[in-house]
Amino acid sequence: MDLSPLWISLATSVTATAITFVLGLAAAVWRERYTGAAMALVDGVFLLPLVLPPTVVGFLLLLLFGRHGPFGKLLLRFGATIVFSWPATVIAATVVAFPLMYLTSRAALEQVEPELLQAARTLGASDWRAFREIALPLAWPGVLAGTILSFARALGEFGATLMIAGNIPGRTETIPIAIYFAVEADQIQRALSWCAVDIVISLALLSGLYYWTRARGFGNFRRTAH
Amino acid sequence: MPLDVHIEKDLPAFQLNVAFSASETPLSILGPSGAGKTMLLRCIAGLEQPERGHVSLNDRVLFDSDQRIRVPARRRRIGMVFQHYALFPHRTVAENIAFGLQDLSREHQAARLSALIARTHLEGLGDRYPKVLSGGEQQRTALARALAIDPEALLLDEPLSALDTHLRSQVEAQLQEIFAAYRRPALLVTHNIEEAYRLGRQLLLLSRGRAVAFGAREEVFRRPPTREVALLTGCKNFSRARMNADGSVEALDWNCRLRVDQSISKPPAFVGIRAHHLDFLESVPAGAASENVLACWLVRASETPFRITLYLSLRQPVAQTSEFDLQAEVFKEKWQRFGNLPHPWHVRLSPDSLFLMPE
Repeated sequence: MDLSPLWISLATSVTATAITFVLGLAAAVWRERYTGAAMALVDGVFLLPLVLPPTVVGFLLLLLFGRHGPFGKLLLRFGATIVFSWPATVIAATVVAFPLMYLTSRAALEQVEPELLQAARTLGASDWRAFREIALPLAWPGVLAGTILSFARALGEFGATLMIAGNIPGRTETIPIAIYFAVEADQIQRALSWCAVDIVISLALLSGLYYWTRARGFGNFRRTAH
Repeated sequence: MPLDVHIEKDLPAFQLNVAFSASETPLSILGPSGAGKTMLLRCIAGLEQPERGHVSLNDRVLFDSDQRIRVPARRRRIGMVFQHYALFPHRTVAENIAFGLQDLSREHQAARLSALIARTHLEGLGDRYPKVLSGGEQQRTALARALAIDPEALLLDEPLSALDTHLRSQVEAQLQEIFAAYRRPALLVTHNIEEAYRLGRQLLLLSRGRAVAFGAREEVFRRPPTREVALLTGCKNFSRARMNADGSVEALDWNCRLRVDQSISKPPAFVGIRAHHLDFLESVPAGAASENVLACWLVRASETPFRITLYLSLRQPVAQTSEFDLQAEVFKEKWQRFGNLPHPWHVRLSPDSLFLMPE
């Protein structure tokens, strides 16, 4: 059996999770401080990929990154096309995973007592040091949960990926897409095998998350009541 | 003065508008909850921005609204002890204290750390986490952490309020020890009158964002400038007052004529005396000794282990009344000597304990 969908899925999910980790966390930190008038709009835009049908996300990405889209044209200048190539699977997975990372890490950061960061500042710490040494370690259980959820979401991504990356075996064919086309072609055995692989990976991830959060005693460092 | 503060900040209910200077002696900021005490500290520390004002510390301008100077909190070198200590829960005691030492070399860090631990009596607790510490230990850790940056001023927000009563006097003694050695401006916020008096040589009284009294603690307590200050410093007995032509004071609510040692430039509106200063006589006075002596009847009493609070009426009370004119605070030993005497009792309002207030 050709194992390439497994490797493509893993490579895509790992890359997308890494990107979404940085972007989602940065957005959460920024949003915690941002108190401008457009807060609701910003939140809406960040969460849109979570509520829109994947086909809509995929179609919009196609418009953005296609030959005539703004990003597509820009990339074309450097002689690159993204659509229907492996990076497109990463873009699709990143966009759909982003809201989960953003929401979870923002909730975790909001749990960190503001006075702790103020104390750090009076002790001479820069904002970056206060974030790195105080906020992030205290919010870490939530941030990690967000990362795992993002990975799981990236792994399961189907609709947007199909629209922007297509189904090119050995290049853009991830596990969910392999399953879809196996069923289409009546290869029930192949479809079932990939289903089993997907279930095993997802279960491992989710139970890992469960035990890890239990062992850490989620909420050990929670805000103390005043 | 080492620390000069003038802060104007608009708060939801009122404006914080305070100006004062602090020297090397500890200053207590006293006021009821919600008077703006904590906000004042936070403005000095640079955690809040005042709308207008000026803050300077040892000739370093930290804030000036006219010159648009706003030194960020991390460069102010002001140590802050938060009300609930704000210890970093994921760091040990030693790591908490060393947080502000990171610019030093390793050897210097270690030396400073052990000096701070010794100074705050935290020996042996360096590798514990804050949540397993007692309240007093947490407080000392917060203090050591604030002292680590060698602060040019120290701010403490309600340092004793989170502690159990039995720990307070012990922690208070340690604070006094630290203050004595510190010799730089130290500001302490509290709503406890006795705590404010014991810990601060200077006293700033805050009420709804305004400084209603500022000065040496003895002076503020002995001669409160206004009725509001007298109330805030725990005075219980007031009467409307009018000056008589012969220099005596007519106490209108107590319906008597009193001699008062203090003289004030403005005509007095009130006369007051603290509950501790009422002197109960064990025999009926006569002649000159009857000056400032009032007859009184007990309305009710309230006991604490060593003291008793007496609520007194200056007229023979009708049955079932709870109205009283004077409140007295006496030790039980004294109480045992006059408590069995027949009514009316005789209480003396000593001329040097009475004080006058123009408003």
